[in-house]
Amino acid sequence: MLGMSLREAAAALRLGQIKPTELCQKCLSFIKETSFLNAYITVTEDFALKQAAEADERFIQGKPLGDLDGIPIAIKDNFSTAGIETTCASRMLKGYIAPYNATVVQKLFDQGAVFMGKTNLDEFAMGSGSTDSIFGPVKNPWSYSRSYIDKTSLSHHAAKDDSDWVITGGSSGGSACAVSAGTCYLAIGSDTGGSTRNPASHCGVVGLKPTYGLVSRHGLIPLVNSMDVPGIVTRCVDDAATVLGVLAGHDPYDSTTIQDPFQPFSLPEKVDVRNVCIGIPKEYHAPGLSAEILSLWSETADLLENAGAKVVEVSLPHTPYSIVCYHVLCTAEVASNMARFDGLEYGHRSDIDDSTEALYAATRREGFNEVVRGRILSGNYFLLKRNYEKYFVKAQKVRRLIADDFVKVFNSGVHVLLTPTTLGDAAPYLEFIQEDNRTRSAQEDVFTQCANMAGLPAVTVPAALSSRGLPLGLQFIGRAFCEQQLLTIAKWFEKQIDFSPLQFNRDSENGNIVQQYSKSASSV
Amino acid sequence: MWFRAPLCTAWISGFRRSLSAQSKVPPKPTWDLQPEIRNQKPLISLDTIDHLERLALVDFGNVEGVQRLEKAIQFADQLHNVNTEGVEPLSSVLEDRTLYIRNDAVAAGNCTELLLENARTVVEEYFVAPPGNIPLPAQHERGLSEVKSSS
Repeated sequence: MLGMSLREAAAALRLGQIKPTELCQKCLSFIKETSFLNAYITVTEDFALKQAAEADERFIQGKPLGDLDGIPIAIKDNFSTAGIETTCASRMLKGYIAPYNATVVQKLFDQGAVFMGKTNLDEFAMGSGSTDSIFGPVKNPWSYSRSYIDKTSLSHHAAKDDSDWVITGGSSGGSACAVSAGTCYLAIGSDTGGSTRNPASHCGVVGLKPTYGLVSRHGLIPLVNSMDVPGIVTRCVDDAATVLGVLAGHDPYDSTTIQDPFQPFSLPEKVDVRNVCIGIPKEYHAPGLSAEILSLWSETADLLENAGAKVVEVSLPHTPYSIVCYHVLCTAEVASNMARFDGLEYGHRSDIDDSTEALYAATRREGFNEVVRGRILSGNYFLLKRNYEKYFVKAQKVRRLIADDFVKVFNSGVHVLLTPTTLGDAAPYLEFIQEDNRTRSAQEDVFTQCANMAGLPAVTVPAALSSRGLPLGLQFIGRAFCEQQLLTIAKWFEKQIDFSPLQFNRDSENGNIVQQYSKSASSV
Repeated sequence: MWFRAPLCTAWISGFRRSLSAQSKVPPKPTWDLQPEIRNQKPLISLDTIDHLERLALVDFGNVEGVQRLEKAIQFADQLHNVNTEGVEPLSSVLEDRTLYIRNDAVAAGNCTELLLENARTVVEEYFVAPPGNIPLPAQHERGLSEVKSSS
């Protein structure tokens, strides 16, 4: 039941095979069983059971609200939720309770979705590992899968200990982990430079970043206003389309949502790719790309070509500078956005009260981690009067060149671009933390932040398992506001691949998930 | 693609299963990472450190904090390899659309009490701040000796 897609679960609810409260309880108990993954910061058990009971009532009366009625969902802990703590995984916002729901949260509630909890992330969504949270790192559920345990214990000939678990990617690692492990059917993440697609790829689930301006940011604690987009994490492409249909559309509370009406769509069962033109941007063969992803990417290009699609090599010449440009724009907007946290109106407040300035400085030193402080200082440096033209305006100019690269390619007749999502599979935690946050973000976001720079929709689809038994994803990037075409092609690919979802390595005697590698290795 | 295929097969000795000869995916990386510049003198003067800490209202903490900024600047300097002559800066991808302006009417609110509950110190309906207009102490009084000695 918990391994089903959202659509299948919705069908089971409609057919009366299971009641919303039963489904909710199953998810709650599985959240407890998998709590060692650290996917959730807050589990909203009472709230969920209340929502589920209301859904029960609607199903009894034969009047469910829609596809999401009674469906367990999770929300990244940087979306405001009325009456429920929103922490951004930072000491700065511990205990903060927003008086209102983010628009995406409200829209999901209005459809009857059942809210299981708030998911873990890198502090203020700054990171690509979900390792920099005050609540501790998120563990990739695939670390406890049969495929990973089998492959790694065979290749190393040694018992592994518990520190060999791999990261989820980030920053929406909790959301990707929750969907992948099976504790909910849909999770909302945020995507500024790849924060939804990166962990979705490492956790073997679908991650959709919609076009900038299609889904409301109201109530999402901002990181980079000109790039932030709510992201959708589901188990299959059809589900992502369903959820987009619920979330998309103009919001009077977010002036950057476009006013054109959005027509919800479902994807055709039979997809023909013969009239489709797929672009392969050659710059996405970047230094450091793993051989496995390279061959997967190449095989997929061939697969599309053999199915009749027109596959062409294209060039996005400014790609190598995109991650640099992103770094400058991101830190600059971060410096400005983080100015709101001063300890006076909400969040952490230092005990130092010599002066207002001293209070601000002490509050921010105590409240922010090293990564956030570092980005604030970098951003302030790039925004100094003497540096403003040299770095900030320069980066904005390079951003136009990057966006124009995409425009040119799409104007040449290309419908969708096919690229890798990440350089390789998920790294073991102990290896990942050897490098600092900025270096890791530059590596992890190299293929994803370009879509944010240009505001384009992009989706990662799980494609294969690596030699270590971990998921690998491929990314499709579409034209602005052409989500239907993008997801249609993504669905075609998903069908060809038939990726097997996560199977936990369970003890053969008691059926529990095996958490100690050494034990499992000896039992294999 | 058919023109390239014979060339590729001629150059690649042995059969490569991973990359078919006619693949549109380039077999080699198409660009190089910029070499990291090392052993360079610190870019950041003490005055700049002081200025940034006052502006940002966060401190560097230690030498590593300053080095982190220096690395961030070196990384950003790659931008200067791009010719942007005559290019207009892009601040929003929605620049060609008009921004929605809603009616100037109260649509939400009446949550004073909820908002005040999030503040640690309030008096009646006021947020409380310590005395203002007192600049932060000078650098040496803020305990930056560690940062200082490094540069």
